[in-house]
Amino acid sequence: MPEAQTTSAEEREFQRLIDADQRIEPRDWMPEAYRKTLVRQISQHAHSEIIGMQPEGNWISRAPSLKRKAILMAKVQDEAGHGLYLYSAAQTLGTDRDTMFDQLITGKARYSSIFSYLTPTWADMGSIGWLVDGAAICNQVPLCRVSYGPYGRAMTRICKEESFHQRQGFEILLQLMRGSAAQQRMAKESVDRWYAPALMMFGPPDDESPNSRQSMDWKIKRFSNDDLRQRFVDMLVPQAEVLGITLPDPDLRWNEERGHYDFGELDWSEFHEVLAGRGQANSVRVSRRRRAHEDGAWVREAARAYADAQAAPERIAS
Amino acid sequence: MIPKTKNVNPATVTAESIAKSAVVAPAGVASYALGLGDDALILAQRLGEWIASAPELEEDVALANIALDLLGHARSLLTYAGSATGVTEDDLAYFRDEPEFTNRQIFEQPNGDFAQTIARQLVVSVYFAELYRALSGSADPTLAAIAAKASKEVDYHFDHSYQWLLRLGLGTELSHERMQRGLDAVWPFVDELFRADGAQADVAVDPARLRARFDSTVPPLIEEAGLTIPTVQPARGGGRQGVHSEALGPLLAEMQVLARAHPGAKW
Ligand SMILES: [Fe+2]
Ligand SMILES: [Fe+2]
Repeated sequence: MPEAQTTSAEEREFQRLIDADQRIEPRDWMPEAYRKTLVRQISQHAHSEIIGMQPEGNWISRAPSLKRKAILMAKVQDEAGHGLYLYSAAQTLGTDRDTMFDQLITGKARYSSIFSYLTPTWADMGSIGWLVDGAAICNQVPLCRVSYGPYGRAMTRICKEESFHQRQGFEILLQLMRGSAAQQRMAKESVDRWYAPALMMFGPPDDESPNSRQSMDWKIKRFSNDDLRQRFVDMLVPQAEVLGITLPDPDLRWNEERGHYDFGELDWSEFHEVLAGRGQANSVRVSRRRRAHEDGAWVREAARAYADAQAAPERIAS
Repeated sequence: MIPKTKNVNPATVTAESIAKSAVVAPAGVASYALGLGDDALILAQRLGEWIASAPELEEDVALANIALDLLGHARSLLTYAGSATGVTEDDLAYFRDEPEFTNRQIFEQPNGDFAQTIARQLVVSVYFAELYRALSGSADPTLAAIAAKASKEVDYHFDHSYQWLLRLGLGTELSHERMQRGLDAVWPFVDELFRADGAQADVAVDPARLRARFDSTVPPLIEEAGLTIPTVQPARGGGRQGVHSEALGPLLAEMQVLARAHPGAKW
């Protein structure tokens, strides 16, 4: 009897904090489902940052100028940093990083399907920055106000860097569009490939997204998939005009009545193919990280052994 | 007589600031800066290979950090070197062939395993730290500024490699063995770092003078980590004269491929 009462008092307090737009902190009581959903969401986001290092890492060695090489290296390094902040945020919910990382490298956890696409050209560094980091910003800026404190604070830090990334990507494309005919072709071909997958980063249409309602109520998702997608398209169109690039959608036009751009149907069968593990690079992304982890096991083991020996009270003099 | 030149602020010196300042490196200084720039560039390119493949995420970040610092040094040095003949850092990095690269051979060696990378980092970080400390007193104000800025950064690089030397040397039997093998693999290339390269005495640092500092610093660290100072024959070297091991060609082919496919393009 007392237990049921306490639980409901806790629940009421939890709901009061959520309703008042206040933050839930690690020591606060929270429903198990809230905790589980958050761990899944934050760790998936962390995994995406880590796997996302690879498609761009692919061009570090071949970047066509030293300035671009430095910017790209710094960007990929930022993404590793984002992964680390997010794993720390998820750890405050009681799941340790090794467990989450293990789920990633054993293929049990999801990461954003966008990183299962390949980067055959340098212009893809521009498209990823402009479109993929751009979509990430639309997704993530509202998450700075997410109900769970450590997650919101991690997102605030991350969003600042993502906006640099987007601008740098835009600059790569702008430079290509101002360059030779071959460079312009490279830019256009790349944007053609990345545009639709970037729009799909917001997830399936609202009527096919069953988990969204509860997440909205908990304020761990602040806008619906379709709302975010619309914002993204509205942001892209004027930027594409500056670039002089036509976005690959014949149905894209301004709708005076709605005050938004209308856009065409996306090919969701492609999205589901990638989700099902049949994207261009699903198998190589996870196995590369797994190989790095396995090849480095002896290094981590040595670091642990050394730390233990340092901490041991009776250290035997060597 | 060298005309009295303005000091350059180490806090703000970058490839861009050097390019904008329209400073022109005297010929002897330019070839010296070119060698140092090539050293830093080739090592940055090598360390970049670790990104997204390191033993743990923290090392992806740390090795990228070190590579970025080195790339920054390379860009400043190459920009300055290029000022003598009116070419850019990118002209030098992307449009020279292998025999025109003047990096010493230790920098182009393949990464090997993590222990070998750490062994090379230990050696070159001590070398860079001593070099840049001395060079920050150079009579050439641009070189002095680049060196003063780099000096602070390579101190951190040294610390990173030293911590790993201890962890691997004293960690497990396997890591100890690999760390020793890493040192053994790198050691033949140490000697070349300290060979005279005929640079002008008041602007450059005589590498033979750095040798004494290296010899008093590094062996005790290796012993502290329970490892043995390798006794191997030195490699023949010749990097400063454009003589390279088989490792450099493929590295350059990869680095230069896109830039060379679009000569004259801006990126
Ligand atoms: Fe990120
Ligand atoms: Fe990013």
